[in-house]
Amino acid sequence: MRETMPIHTWQVLRDRIVQFLIYASVLLISAVFIWILADLVRGGFAHLSWEFLTESPRDAGRAGGIASILVSTLLILLVAVLTAVPIAWTTAILLAEFVAVDSAFGKAVRFSLHVLAGVPSIVFGLFGNAFFSVYLGLGFSILSGGLTLACMLLPILASTAEAGLRTVPNAYRMSASALGLTRTAALVHLILPAAAPVLAAGLLLGIGRALAETAALLFTSGYVDRMPDSLLDSGRALALHIFDLSMNVPGGDMPAYASALVLVSLLLCINILAMKFAHGLQRRKIMT
Amino acid sequence: MNSSQCTDKLDTFTLGPLEAGPACCDPQPAIQVRNLSLLYDGKAALDKVTLDIYQGCITALIGPSGCGKTSFLSAINRLTDLIPGCNVTGKILVHDQDIHHPDTHAQTLRRQVGMVFQKPTPFPLSIRRNLSLPLNEHGITQKTEVASITEHVLRDVGLWDEVHDRLDASALSLSGGQQQRLCIARALALKPQILLMDEPCSALDPLASGIVEDLICRLRGRYTIVIVTHNLAQARRIANYAAFFWVSGRAGQLIEFGRCQHIFESPSHELTAAYINGVRG
Repeated sequence: MRETMPIHTWQVLRDRIVQFLIYASVLLISAVFIWILADLVRGGFAHLSWEFLTESPRDAGRAGGIASILVSTLLILLVAVLTAVPIAWTTAILLAEFVAVDSAFGKAVRFSLHVLAGVPSIVFGLFGNAFFSVYLGLGFSILSGGLTLACMLLPILASTAEAGLRTVPNAYRMSASALGLTRTAALVHLILPAAAPVLAAGLLLGIGRALAETAALLFTSGYVDRMPDSLLDSGRALALHIFDLSMNVPGGDMPAYASALVLVSLLLCINILAMKFAHGLQRRKIMT
Repeated sequence: MNSSQCTDKLDTFTLGPLEAGPACCDPQPAIQVRNLSLLYDGKAALDKVTLDIYQGCITALIGPSGCGKTSFLSAINRLTDLIPGCNVTGKILVHDQDIHHPDTHAQTLRRQVGMVFQKPTPFPLSIRRNLSLPLNEHGITQKTEVASITEHVLRDVGLWDEVHDRLDASALSLSGGQQQRLCIARALALKPQILLMDEPCSALDPLASGIVEDLICRLRGRYTIVIVTHNLAQARRIANYAAFFWVSGRAGQLIEFGRCQHIFESPSHELTAAYINGVRG
């Protein structure tokens, strides 16, 4: 009988080292996140109050709260999502359902989406300023900010939605066709519901990204921290408010910390929701 | 006995008495295939197949993997339309109607020609919705009618007693064999005349496979059934006619077609004989 080869000590050692490195990097990443969170809580929690959330800023944000900022942020988000979602999702449906994966058209659209996703947000800001604010005459307004953000969201939403639609087994399409269902019927009754969790998760990721956006809004939705009267008013987004307080307003550190805490809490909630949706996809068995 | 009469008179293999419908093997062609060739991206998968499939009978398609049996099946209900790069030439008449004629809608054709796949493909919906969705799409929306069809087809496939108290449960909670019977029920709900089955038992355990096989036998006479199977014993047990496909060169070809008994006991072609006896394939 052949003797089995003993495991060398250096092999054991190598295993240990690899394990250590993996744990160390996970710890490092978690530490960075916890450090940021702890720093925000330490610096901003004392300043946080009900009034801070319900009052408008005074004295360039040193006093008062962030109510008008929150409203502006919400309006910008709303414009961005309502514009981007229909376009992005129909693009995804086209790419996943109606165009062959390796067709030249599909490749071209996918390539342009990838490029769009990689464009720095400041470039979107400049484009938005030139196109929406100046060329279309929307000026510094929530509308031009929201539309600029919509352009940024397009690639995220379209790519996640396409990936979601592709996870739907092809057997559903085949058997739906074999039962004489039209493509639209299969899409509405089977494929979109099956892909819904991924669509929702992608949407939440996009909202998170839009919520944290600063550079793209700098030149489009503007700086004005008053409560907006309409979509054509300028409105300051939360991330921009933090940027302004910490860079341009001496003595604005406390409200900046508190605003950042609000923003990060919102992002945290949205990400947890997104994870729950994605997780739901794996667990869900019943869809009636 | 009905079954022995059927066997004696028609000189074919049958299993048990027919539940309904005319005696099997009335040689009226339900599907006429003429010079059917099928190409994937310019490569031939099926070469000039000419074949009549008889009404009310079970026709088994046998042959090694990759000889174009499944492609042949998908050509009959034009599911090949969905496969990019697939090109079909030749003529297929289903009940004397040219399926490639511009006036023939794929949806209408597929309502007449049902299909059951190798892997059970229930939709991720409730059992009830699995059956009502296609019915609704074909204009049957009245609740009582849908309910009665649901019960009828579930009884037909022997699933009613097992699931009648949980019709709103997910179809994915059923076992593999139950799922496959649900898929057969779903196809039957549309009242097709022809049923195409692509190895309906191969993904099931022997017990479930036996139940589905019995079910297929019960459908004989009422439906024209074309079944692809790798299980020669199964083909021999259930089929009235058998078509033997073989790969020659690159493309699949129909080598021999005839009554099941003839194919299995005295094949005319040496390739068939070799395949049946397990010498090749």
